[in-house]
Amino acid sequence: MSSLQNVRKWLDERIEWDDLIAPLRKKAVPLHRLSYWYFLGGITLFLFIIQVLTGILLLLYYRPGANEAFESVQYIMTQVQFGWLIRSIHSWSANLMIFTAFAHMFSVLFLKAYRKPRELTWLSGVILLFLVMGFGFSGYLLPWNTLAFFATKVGTDIAGQVPVIGKPIMIFLRGGEEVTGATLTRFFGFHVAVLPGLATSLILLHLLLVQRQGISVPPRLEMEWKARPAERREMKFFPNFMLRELMAWYVGLGVLGVLAALFPWNLGVKADPFSSAPAGIKPEWYFLFMFQTLKLIPAKVWFIDGEVLGVLLFGVVGLLWLLLPFFESKDPSRPKPWITGFAVFALAYVAGMSLYGHLAR
Amino acid sequence: MSPSLPRRRFAELLLGTGFLATAVTFIYPVLRYLIPPKAADLGSDSVVAGRVGELKPNSGKIFRFGNRPGLLIRTASGEYRAMSATCTHLSCTVQYRDDLHEVWCACHNGMYDLNGRNISGPPPRPLQTFDVQVRGDEIFVMRRRES
Repeated sequence: MSSLQNVRKWLDERIEWDDLIAPLRKKAVPLHRLSYWYFLGGITLFLFIIQVLTGILLLLYYRPGANEAFESVQYIMTQVQFGWLIRSIHSWSANLMIFTAFAHMFSVLFLKAYRKPRELTWLSGVILLFLVMGFGFSGYLLPWNTLAFFATKVGTDIAGQVPVIGKPIMIFLRGGEEVTGATLTRFFGFHVAVLPGLATSLILLHLLLVQRQGISVPPRLEMEWKARPAERREMKFFPNFMLRELMAWYVGLGVLGVLAALFPWNLGVKADPFSSAPAGIKPEWYFLFMFQTLKLIPAKVWFIDGEVLGVLLFGVVGLLWLLLPFFESKDPSRPKPWITGFAVFALAYVAGMSLYGHLAR
Repeated sequence: MSPSLPRRRFAELLLGTGFLATAVTFIYPVLRYLIPPKAADLGSDSVVAGRVGELKPNSGKIFRFGNRPGLLIRTASGEYRAMSATCTHLSCTVQYRDDLHEVWCACHNGMYDLNGRNISGPPPRPLQTFDVQVRGDEIFVMRRRES
């Protein structure tokens, strides 16, 4: 008996290891022409793991505080061996993770995988996307550069526009009336403690739900396979699909490494709270569609301030997005066409506005 | 009715109230802790925003007015104007555009005239304006008294 088998036997005698991994062995991944979309969630998870690992490495040198943060990131990038690479990987991986999370969400939407009984999976997934954007927003401020300073000023001011509860939320986020070193300390806390804790718990719930309910197939295929079970094709998750997923991760790692090494992330100029916002200032690409919308809404619409209207509009759409599965029909043969229409419109709007925001002067 | 039932209810009520009170005594201080203490606004009602000769005609500079930025402008005709530099849209810091002779916010393309009036783009309100006085070599900027 090999030593590996010995370890397994030892574990099995104590914690019934085989029983524990039995569900993984039973799990199967449906095979059809759109199966490759199933990789996206896993790749997002992989990038999250990269974020945790590189984040811990950055923590070894990073110092929060208005007088130290910028200098400590500068130190990481210029003095610490491979510091520039670690930071670059962290930034690139963050951006790729947001991209794959968005792609994963839209694939779930178009394949109609959110339908009953998977409402909670969708709910936890959308909240995870919000958390990921929160990671992006809070992490962006940490190097304390000019772009980050104004992005935070605008972002927290947007939160402050929400009627009644907005102002207290803004003060809570900023740690005062203005964006200062106190904001940086808070954002650091959110970024390295609060958000990782919440995200990890939600990821576990999300995976547990996927494990429990199995993988969804598009409605048309679901009906075909129900009518002719012999046509149903699937692949074992363990080890067949998992090995393929690992290969996807390996490719992802390669792409990440190339991007991080060839296009290292800039640090910019240290934030000065008493300087004007620089011309051409823009938020990160994943906030660009909201930024561009706010730019286009006039100062007053009827009697409401433009920015309040924008914030309320995004709030309502966000809530509707979260609750989307609850509007879907329970019958797979008659999915509601307006949901697909809404999804297509949302994708076109986000893509179009982002592009417009990117190209606009 | 069994006499033990009201007694049990009583015990539940007592315990429930106790738990609730414990929860409140935990949550209340935490909520208060989350709200930062009010920072004293160190700024008085007037500040030296710059020195004569520092600004060329048709230029502007940001100065510190208490905890907030202010904008001091010298118009093309040599006159001084001062106003809050915090955009009324989403709080970015505005700047003087010498090519347009206007005040501009880079964040969302908001525009104000030299009296701080919002003239285009998303800003919903005018910028707060200040009084300017030149005393000797120094340019003083003062908050306007509400009349």
